[in-house]
Amino acid sequence: MKKSDRSRDRIFTRRAAILGLVQGSMVGVLAGRLYFLQVHEADRYATLAEENRINIRLLPPARGRILDQYGTAIALNRQTYKVMLVPEQTMDAKETFAALSQLISVNENDRRRIAREIGRRRAFVPITIRDDLSWDEVASIELNAPELPGIIIDAGQSRFYPQGSTAAHVLGYVSIVAEGEQTGDPLLELPDFRVGKNGVERRYDKIMRGKAGTSEVEVNALGRVVRELHRHEGGAGNDIVLTLDIELQKFVMGRLPSEGAAAVVLDIHSGEVLSMASTPSYDPNRFSNGIAVNEWQELISDPRTPLVNKAIHGQYAPGSTFKIIVALAALEAGMQLDFTATCPGYKEIGGSRFHCWKHDGHGEIDLYRAMAGSCDVFFYELGLKIGVDRMAAMARRLGLGSLLGIDLPGEASGFVPTREWKRSVLNQPWWQGDTLITSIGQGAVLGTPLQLAMMAARVANGGKAITPHVMREIRDGTTVVQSISSPNTLVSHLGISRESLDVVMKAMNGVVNEPGGTAYGSRITMPGFSMAGKTGTSQVRRITAAEREAGIKTNDELPWAQRDHAVFVAFGPVTQPRYACAVVVEHGGSGAKVAAPIARDILLELQKRDILRHNATPVAVGAG
Amino acid sequence: MGTRLYGLRDGDMSIGDKLGQINWLLVVFISIIAVVGFIMLYSAGGGNTEPWAMRHAVRFGIALVFMLGFAVIDLRFWFQQAYTIYAIILILLAAVDLIGMIGMGAQRWLDFGVFIVQPSELMKLAVILALARYFHSMPIEDLRNRPLSLIVPIVLVLVPVALVIKQPDLGTAVMILCGATAMMFLAGVRWWKFIVIIIAGCAAIPLAWQFLHDYQKERVLTFLDPERDPLGRGYHILQSKIALGAGGVFGKGYLQGSQSHLNFLPEKQTDFVFTMLGEEMGLLGGLGLIFLYVLVIAYGYSIALRCRHHFGRLLAIGVSTTFFLYMFVNMAMVTGLIPVVGVPLPLVSYGGTAMLTVMLGFGLVLSVNIHRDIYIGRRGDRGDW
Repeated sequence: MKKSDRSRDRIFTRRAAILGLVQGSMVGVLAGRLYFLQVHEADRYATLAEENRINIRLLPPARGRILDQYGTAIALNRQTYKVMLVPEQTMDAKETFAALSQLISVNENDRRRIAREIGRRRAFVPITIRDDLSWDEVASIELNAPELPGIIIDAGQSRFYPQGSTAAHVLGYVSIVAEGEQTGDPLLELPDFRVGKNGVERRYDKIMRGKAGTSEVEVNALGRVVRELHRHEGGAGNDIVLTLDIELQKFVMGRLPSEGAAAVVLDIHSGEVLSMASTPSYDPNRFSNGIAVNEWQELISDPRTPLVNKAIHGQYAPGSTFKIIVALAALEAGMQLDFTATCPGYKEIGGSRFHCWKHDGHGEIDLYRAMAGSCDVFFYELGLKIGVDRMAAMARRLGLGSLLGIDLPGEASGFVPTREWKRSVLNQPWWQGDTLITSIGQGAVLGTPLQLAMMAARVANGGKAITPHVMREIRDGTTVVQSISSPNTLVSHLGISRESLDVVMKAMNGVVNEPGGTAYGSRITMPGFSMAGKTGTSQVRRITAAEREAGIKTNDELPWAQRDHAVFVAFGPVTQPRYACAVVVEHGGSGAKVAAPIARDILLELQKRDILRHNATPVAVGAG
Repeated sequence: MGTRLYGLRDGDMSIGDKLGQINWLLVVFISIIAVVGFIMLYSAGGGNTEPWAMRHAVRFGIALVFMLGFAVIDLRFWFQQAYTIYAIILILLAAVDLIGMIGMGAQRWLDFGVFIVQPSELMKLAVILALARYFHSMPIEDLRNRPLSLIVPIVLVLVPVALVIKQPDLGTAVMILCGATAMMFLAGVRWWKFIVIIIAGCAAIPLAWQFLHDYQKERVLTFLDPERDPLGRGYHILQSKIALGAGGVFGKGYLQGSQSHLNFLPEKQTDFVFTMLGEEMGLLGGLGLIFLYVLVIAYGYSIALRCRHHFGRLLAIGVSTTFFLYMFVNMAMVTGLIPVVGVPLPLVSYGGTAMLTVMLGFGLVLSVNIHRDIYIGRRGDRGDW
């Protein structure tokens, strides 16, 4: 054997001995640990294991509240009571249940479920008999407690919306965690846990959810809690303060017809949504404790789509309100104020006639009068001069055709047609007729009520690219954790000239406040208050030539679903505007007749409330 | 050479001779541990051979045949194929990692019917084989005087470790690393090199931390501090300690462990089977099982020390050390000495993976014993001493 191999053998033998020693001492440590646990600590653990066992339970955190901008709670948690039956504690579970049924009503489905569970579940597992007991029911059960062994009342919390359906679409609702929403967080697996499913409840769910606490309890061999050993309190979720003014919201909801309408009120400088209403609405409280299947079916199948937030998800042709955009685009393209067009009541192009709403025509007309009187032919001419792509670019700058990024789920993007779109998607050339119908806001162009309000806001605030939002701040108790503010200096400018904006604002003033304006009938007459706006009527169907000859039917003669949507966008007051508003009434008919009065009432109410608040608490402005 | 069946046509020894040379006492001790496993799994099944105990027995029977088969194969075959085996398993490991990454049902295993084997498990043996061959072929002077000679073994270890960590399976990675370190130590690598590597490793931790995703960091933190997850691992350890403590010196009696049978104890048939044994059979039962393990490991050492060639010695202690690591990490984990990493108790826990690895490993150890006197040259060439 070589010398080096012998040296290797020697090293190996020595090191194998060392390794053996190390492993041996590690085994010694293990044995020592076992001795420590099983002899030294045995008594302590034996008592824990013998009589009682430790069980860790999750304590669901209180969900954060939702407040309006003045601190009124519009979503909060309510103490609820449910009654449960523990079969092993009763003499006869069925008899006890029968006795209980004398005191509270239990429906047929629940009866069958309970009968099934009494037989199947282990005897110490409580069976829920009914949720959401009234205080009277709780009292009568407590009173009869001696005759009802094994009946326990469990207090829990459920989401409560004191204003009911008033702000349902902004708030959303909470409901049981769906299979696909499980993230492995044990909190989500609690049977009574609820997560936000829509609106603010969904958007800020994680912030309001809070942190689960744990309770270490001793449980006896039957699984019944004996006592609590440790309690680690979780943290309640943070409160969300909204930009909404719930009193204003109530007022707006009261003014909207219930058949289907939407309104959005914005602060034009900050982008705060002061009110966002959509009708018909629903009561989010119905979801908190699990909605019944038939109620859900009813909501889902209602053709007026009560669950949909029409203010951000409904898309409508803006109708003549789009003339604001056409006018701005033309002014920015160099149109002079002395430009006039002649309106004979129609415009003929390529053998087709495009009508003005006024059959006998407006005659020779300039921009101010064309806006005020909503002359279609004037805007046909403007549209032809500047072309569709300029209109589309301006529409996009004012917020149409793309998501505005509001902090609510379900926002729709609307649509702004271009030559490129028609060629690549529809594979058709762009006709001049397309330009004409686009320039009066019909055809393919679509906007949501939020976008229409944003259009008015960006005109009235001097062309600042504000972003709409409904959350103002996040609070932990009274401490502000995060605050959303958009100081004017941080908002970028859309790059539209002050002069063009002033012309359009003046024209919008004319629409409302000058005799002959389409919304003159809806002007604010109370001194000190004012608004400016633009009417619009969103066509739902095409008027055929045959119909036109036979005499156009008025909206009242048509079935509801074929009537036009009434649209109105506005800002107020006229000088130094603060608010913008859009109102859409589905199948309401004419914007001037139906939507404008609603917008007037909203803007008047807003300005009145300003004054009231100012007089009452002059220093409370900087609270947010 | 590749297709030749070594051992069977060798001429040195007949297969009967070889079977006669098998260290049957070692086989008996291994079988006793497996029987303990059967008994505990019968208890875990609530006094029933279903669902675990019977399958455990069947798997052991099959693995026993594999073990004896490995034992009679000529050790020179394992020597010559060491790198090939290593390469094949490395490819499998990389492949399952790749397939798992693509997300086709996260296929991490090779399914052999009764055994579902993760390549990462077989890698434990492959690394031992490859290192044993490398150090066998390396003259001790080169090893001690040329630091560059360590580059190959370090790469041999770190590549599979990196793949396993990526899975992520920290327990297996730690075991491969520890086993390989022990082999390098036995091979005669100088002390100061271990110290340098340990220091360098510690220094690399903050750097590696930067590259982890947030969820991975969270996982590592929970791994280091189970209290971060009071309903998960922290709960398991607490329940495990209660069960052990309640067992006391003599235990609560077979089938009487209330912690285990009322399901307070998680995973009682796999990682926490030792806890159940401790609850039902007490300190004496626990120490008895440890004694059985120590006997098996000691046999591994004695086989290594009697073996005349370096390859066999390294192989035998490498396998014994891996076996020791399984046992130690599992027991330290369930007694709350180290964080829960998910290492089973070899031959006792339900699960084919670790059992097959351990049995194949001891097949190699038995083969070392049978072929303890043969000559293996630096390149595996035959000859006489």
